[in-house]
Amino acid sequence: MTSSPAWTRTPYYVLTGGLAIIFLFPLVWSAIASISPQAATGQVVGYGLGNYVTLLNFQAGLAQYFMNSTLVSVLTVIVTLAVSILGGYAFARFTFPGKNLLFLLTLAILMVPYATLLIPLYVLLRNLGLNNNLVGLALVLAMYQLPFATYMMRISFEAIPRELEESALVDGAGTFGVLRSILLPAVMPGIITVGLFAFLAAWNDFIAPLILIQSPSQAPLPVAIAVLRQQTMGAIDYGATEAGVIVMAIPCLLLFLFLQRYYVRGFMSGAVKG
Amino acid sequence: MTAAASDAPAPRRARRSGWWRARQLQGVAYAMPTLIFVGVFFVLPLLLVFRMSLSEWPLLTGDRGFNVPENYESITRNSLFWPAVLFTIQYTIVVTVLLVGLGLLLAMLVQEGRRWVAFLRTAFLLPVALGLASASLLFWGFYSNSIGPLGPTLQTLGLIDEPLSFFGSPTSALMSTVFLIVWKYAGLYMIILLVGLQAIPQEIYEQAAIDGANRRQIFRRITLPLLRPALALSLLLCVTGSLLAFDQFFILTKGGPDNSTVTVVQLIYREAFQRQNLGTAAAVSVFLLAALLVLNGLWFRTLRRGAEG
Repeated sequence: MTSSPAWTRTPYYVLTGGLAIIFLFPLVWSAIASISPQAATGQVVGYGLGNYVTLLNFQAGLAQYFMNSTLVSVLTVIVTLAVSILGGYAFARFTFPGKNLLFLLTLAILMVPYATLLIPLYVLLRNLGLNNNLVGLALVLAMYQLPFATYMMRISFEAIPRELEESALVDGAGTFGVLRSILLPAVMPGIITVGLFAFLAAWNDFIAPLILIQSPSQAPLPVAIAVLRQQTMGAIDYGATEAGVIVMAIPCLLLFLFLQRYYVRGFMSGAVKG
Repeated sequence: MTAAASDAPAPRRARRSGWWRARQLQGVAYAMPTLIFVGVFFVLPLLLVFRMSLSEWPLLTGDRGFNVPENYESITRNSLFWPAVLFTIQYTIVVTVLLVGLGLLLAMLVQEGRRWVAFLRTAFLLPVALGLASASLLFWGFYSNSIGPLGPTLQTLGLIDEPLSFFGSPTSALMSTVFLIVWKYAGLYMIILLVGLQAIPQEIYEQAAIDGANRRQIFRRITLPLLRPALALSLLLCVTGSLLAFDQFFILTKGGPDNSTVTVVQLIYREAFQRQNLGTAAAVSVFLLAALLVLNGLWFRTLRRGAEG
């Protein structure tokens, strides 16, 4: 649509400006609320970091929960990338029996509701000795990332012209060498997108750790904070809760702001092919 | 690759096929982690959930053998089951209408322009990056009368006499949660629909303008029909996502007041970990799986019919 004269643009700026305020306000509010004085919180008088101190000393301590979340998220990213890079390479460049079936089966994970699998996974992980275990949780979270990740890596590999690797293969390089030194640099944008989505999904997941992790000291941040809000001295501690929200939000928002291009790219690839 | 192999001259075929076999094996090797992962963490639990739904399976003691069809009978007798199904559907309809509608509005508002539009897109997308549990906890404080800004502000302005109750009645609990979800996800649908909007060729709009079509006609006759694939994807994502709602209700309403906001997934959780019955929890899971498969099937059929028509 063509640009309109300035006077018809004013309602546009008012409307979009209002919407932007509505979308940003809760985020800004929670940052301010986490340092504002409030009765029955860790910050009673004046502005300060009292609520964050409450968090630091709560049960196993903020540092422990932060470590749990970081461990699960990093593991999920590593496993997702390792499996989907190798798988995407196999699907894009090789022919083997059952290839299409396996690819469809991987995508079929999307068809099955998340919650449906958690009850049997709870039993399964217990039999594997991986229940109440952050590694087991990361493996489950990585499985949920596989449809998107495998699809994304496959189309990333397929977008690379074959000539790029064929001369190296003719010169006697192995397929793994070609993958490592020639293809990986070329699919880096896809890798960043997949890694970003895997990290955010693992960092933010709530229901999987709620079901699969039983001991409070192993809980990742969202579960720990959700429990925290009622357990601090029996009273509801809103201040510490908002401080927890900020602690959880900062890594997500930073990653988003720095990697927005890759983030949007991930949504677009789904939207275009959908 | 296949073409290259069959083009090889006959004498070299033996060596070629050896090379071909080796390459096939390499392909299998690269796909092996995917196969193991999908097998152990997807196919196996999928089979197990059916097996569990047919068995007496207490949380603490584990499998006690088949009890068909006790679990399925038990869930239909459960006084929470049908209310949970109805509530989940009601929630899904409200959220889908609002999210896809607002997503489309936002997408149309951020189509072109430079700094201001880039700022708007970022502002609308920021809540998407936040986790759902974090966003729910944020709004849990936001809606509270103790530190939330809404109640006190309205009271100071004299618009209300008593503190607001965001979760006091079934309707207010639903609407408070819906607002959170729309705030959190509108940016996601904006992006999907924006991609759809930008795929529409500019020439069609120009031609329509030359032919004297007004804005409303252009929207109804050109934008909406050509946006069908993006709208269909948005609908599918929104409906399947909403039918699986859990975090927001678990954190904000805990299913209350009076169990009026218990969703199907919350029911699975309650059966498994409060009533400690994994058998009935598995039965509800299978029910949910069946419902979503039917829905996906219908969606693909409509989509194919749309593509043919």
